[in-house]
Amino acid sequence: MLVFRCDQELMKISINGEVKQFDSRNMTISALVVTLNLTGKRLAIEKNGEIVPRSQFSEEKLQDGDKLEIVGAVGGG
Amino acid sequence: MSEQLIIAGKPYHSRLLVGTGKYKDFTETRAAIDASGAQIVTVAIRRTNIGQTAGEPSLLEYLPPEKFTYLPNTAGCYSADDAVRTLRLARELLDGHNLVKLEVLGDPKTLYPNVIETIAAAKTLVKDGFDVMVYTSDDPIIAKQLEEIGCCAVMPLASLIGSGMGILNPWNLQIIIENAKIPVLVDAGVGCAGDAAIAMELGCDGVLMNTAIAAARDPIMMASAMKKAIEAGRESFLAGRMPKKLYSASPSSPTAGLITTA
Repeated sequence: MLVFRCDQELMKISINGEVKQFDSRNMTISALVVTLNLTGKRLAIEKNGEIVPRSQFSEEKLQDGDKLEIVGAVGGG
Repeated sequence: MSEQLIIAGKPYHSRLLVGTGKYKDFTETRAAIDASGAQIVTVAIRRTNIGQTAGEPSLLEYLPPEKFTYLPNTAGCYSADDAVRTLRLARELLDGHNLVKLEVLGDPKTLYPNVIETIAAAKTLVKDGFDVMVYTSDDPIIAKQLEEIGCCAVMPLASLIGSGMGILNPWNLQIIIENAKIPVLVDAGVGCAGDAAIAMELGCDGVLMNTAIAAARDPIMMASAMKKAIEAGRESFLAGRMPKKLYSASPSSPTAGLITTA
């Protein structure tokens, strides 16, 4: 039997303007932070234009097409 | 000095605020800031590098937010919306920290502020509970309007950001200072310690600078010079200068008892 394994199990998420593909559906922001090697970094995240409070990272699910901004503090005047 | 700078109800003994950009590395950043004695340091909010940053040092490790008061800025924002969005992210990033530096630029070549967008952003941010220190032009009317909106400090430029051209219009700064009931800080354009002292002698409550320190040949020594200049300028202002006597000299030594007197 032919099984179509097309894009349905991959989700595309735009992170800081770059589109990245992830395998699993129902991925949370917490899981994404781990995947991106950003554990322990102080950052703020905006999903589709809305800030996601850090306290909600573990509950906030990601969906195909989500747009994320992940920011931190850098040197500046 | 016992008298302190009060910003949004909080006292600071240092009247020098410094940026954290343009240094060689974080070690130099920290050393310069320590030499400056500054308590409030500005930071920028930028996209985090994704994928290639594991183990990379961060500014926050060198400048612990428990030790310094962070002043997140909106450098690089050209619209009120972008500035507001940036500072909301900054507040989330810094655990609800409300003190921010608003700047909305109007032109990438001169980095001159767009005061119309600045006023729009200030209104939104004040309503949203932010304590807004606002970078603006040296226009006294705009400075007053920003105060009336509810900003906690107004920060007119001395000259263009990063130009080191010094104080180009002391007269306007003086009008702003005389009219203001909130702290006035010169932000941008200071090039050397003399400029900082002049700003303080004009009656400014403080000075915010970055490039003048970071781009000096010896940033750490310049940071120390700036600290002294700010203190000297403040004391000179408080002490009250002698009146200027144009075209009329007045000797400091007695005129009586000269051996040549007949």
